Amino acid sequence: MRLRILGPSSLAHREAPSAPSLGGLTAWILLATTGLAAPHPPRAQASPIAAPKADSASAPAPQLPADLSVKDAPDDDGKALRLSWEPPKVASPTAATALLIERGTGPSGPFERVDSMAAGTGEAADDSVARGRTFFYRVTALGPGGRSQPAVLGPAVPQAQWFRMGRVNVASFAVVFFGLVLFFLWSARGGRKLFIRRIPGIDAIEEAVGRATEMGRPVLYIPGIQDIDDIQTMASLVILESVARTTAQYDTKIIVPTNYPVVFTLAQEMVKNGYLQAGRPDAYDESSVRYVTTEQFAYVAAINGIILRDRPAANLYLGAFFAESLILAETGYATKAIQVAGTANIHQLPFMVVACDYTLIGEELYAASAYLSKEPRLLSTLKGSDYMKVAVIAIVLLGAVTESLGFTAFKAWFQTQ
Amino acid sequence: MQRRIPLFLTAGIGLVMLAYFFVPHPLIAGPGHFFEDSVIIVVAFAIVLGSANVMQYNGEIVMRRGKDWPYKLVLLLSMFVMVGIGLVEGPRFLDPETKFSWMYNNMYAPMQATMFALLAFYIASAAFRAFRIRNFEAGLLAAAALIVMVGRVPIGNLISSQWPHGIQLPDISNWIMENPQNSAKRAILMGAALGVMSTGLRIILGIESSFARSGQGR
Repeated sequence: MRLRILGPSSLAHREAPSAPSLGGLTAWILLATTGLAAPHPPRAQASPIAAPKADSASAPAPQLPADLSVKDAPDDDGKALRLSWEPPKVASPTAATALLIERGTGPSGPFERVDSMAAGTGEAADDSVARGRTFFYRVTALGPGGRSQPAVLGPAVPQAQWFRMGRVNVASFAVVFFGLVLFFLWSARGGRKLFIRRIPGIDAIEEAVGRATEMGRPVLYIPGIQDIDDIQTMASLVILESVARTTAQYDTKIIVPTNYPVVFTLAQEMVKNGYLQAGRPDAYDESSVRYVTTEQFAYVAAINGIILRDRPAANLYLGAFFAESLILAETGYATKAIQVAGTANIHQLPFMVVACDYTLIGEELYAASAYLSKEPRLLSTLKGSDYMKVAVIAIVLLGAVTESLGFTAFKAWFQTQ
Repeated sequence: MQRRIPLFLTAGIGLVMLAYFFVPHPLIAGPGHFFEDSVIIVVAFAIVLGSANVMQYNGEIVMRRGKDWPYKLVLLLSMFVMVGIGLVEGPRFLDPETKFSWMYNNMYAPMQATMFALLAFYIASAAFRAFRIRNFEAGLLAAAALIVMVGRVPIGNLISSQWPHGIQLPDISNWIMENPQNSAKRAILMGAALGVMSTGLRIILGIESSFARSGQGR
C-alpha cells in the first residue's frame, strides 16, 4: 500500500531495497541464538528511506513533526483519510527526514505498515480505507539520529460527503443560469416575444440549400468528427433535422457522411424526421446518411472524394473539427461550393473564417437550432445565456478591479477543484 | 409513450450525471460510474451497425457496377483483409511484431501522413486569400500575422536582435499572442461554454426532443 502525496516532496522516493542494517543483523543474531527469530537472516526491506541506527556520539533522535493529525478526506466517496503535519525545518538537528506510517483498527494495534513519506511533504492521503470503519495511525519519525517514539493518531472514520465543497462556485453559477432560463421559459409561455439578433450564418443555410437546388447538385452536411458525447455533435444533429426538412421541401439530395456509428444512427433518424416533417417520407433515401470510418484522415479523404466527385453545391460543416477543417474547406472552395461552417473549437475558427463563406462562431452553433425553429421554449434558453454573459462580463470587470487593488479573495472564490 | 421513454431516460440520466459532478456520495457516484461505463458498451454495439452500413452501401454499388465501383471494391477488400488478419492474430493483434501492425504502420500511417501533409499547402493557399489588404481591419490582420509569423522563426530573432529589449519581434509576437489573441479566445470560449450549458439544459429538460421523435415527424 502506498499513500498518495498531496504536498510537495522534499525527498525523492527511492524504490531500491536497502541492505539490512548492522544493528538489524546483530539483533537477528541475538534473537536467533535464543530461538526467537527464524533461522534465516532478515531480507532487505523495500523501505524507500531507511533510518540508520542511533549512535550516542552522533545526531539526537528525530522528533515527530508538529500538528500531526488525521481526518476524513473532504469531498470524496468515503474511502480516504488525510494525514497532515507541519513540515519540519530542515536545519534543525532533530528534524525528521521521513515518517513511517502504519494503520490499524484499534489504538493499540495491531498496526500494518502503509507507507513511509518524506517529512517535507506535509500531508498525505490514504485511499485504501473502507467507508464507515474506524482507523488509527501510528506514526514514527525517521532521521539521522534513528527513530522517534511513535505517536498514535485517531480515531478517524472515513465518510462520504454529499457535496463537493470545492465546487460551490460552479454550483452557484449553474443555479443562477438555470434560474434565468426557467424565468425566460415561463416568460415565453406567457406569450412574451423574445428578441434574438440576426445570425447571418444561419440565414445562409437556407440560401445555400436553395443554391444547391437551382444548380441541381446535392448538399453535403458534415456533423463534425467527434462522437455523440461531444455537445457540438448533438447541436449539429439537431440542425441537421432542420436542414433535412429544407432539402426535402426543395427536393434536393443531401449527403451526410458520419465518422462514428452512434452519430450515424442518430443522423439517420434526424434526416428521416426532417423528411417526415416536410411531408416527403417517400423522398427519403437511406443511403444519404452513411458511416465512413472513425479514423480522422481516412474520413477526410473520403469526404474530399465526395466533394471532388459528387460536386455538392453547398457544404455545411457544423460540429467539432480539428486539423482536417482546412483540408475540407479548401477542397470545397476549389469546387466553388457555398460553404457554411460552425464550430466551438476556437483553434479551427480562423481556418473556417478564411475558407468558408459564413462561419458560426462558438455559441452561434448552439443557438442555431433555436434560431431555426423560432420555438419560444428554445429561444428562452438563448435569452438565459445572453443574460448570463452580462453577469460574466460584470464578474470579469469586478475581478480585474479587485485584483488590481490587491483583494485576491474574489478571484480565489472562482477557482475550481 | 414511444417518445416519452427516451425523454424520461434522457432527463433521468442527465440529472444523475449532472449531480455526479457535484456529489461524491456513492448513492450518486455509483450510478454515475455505471453510466460512464455503459457508454463504452453502447458504442461497441454501434460499431456493428456502422460496419454493416459500410458493407451494405458499398456492396450495393459494387454489385450493380455503380459509379466509382472499383474504389468501393478496394474499400471492402481492404476492410475484410484488415479485419481478417486482426482476427487471425487474436487479442494481441496490436503488438508491434504482428502483420496487422505492419499493415497499419506501413500502409495506413503513410496515407494518413500524406493527408496531413496537404494541410501545409492548404494553409498557404488560404493565407494567400486571407491576407489581402482591402481595408483597415484587413491591413491590421495582415500586419499582426506578419509580426507573429516572423517573430516565431529564427530569422525574426536575427532581424530584430539589435532592437531595444522588449520590442524585438519575438517579444511583440508573444505579446500579440498572450494579450489581444488570448482575450478574444477566452471571450469566445466563455460564450461557447454558456452555449454548451444551454444546449445540455435543453436536452435534459426535453425542450430539445428531436432525437426522441423516431419516425414520428413533429
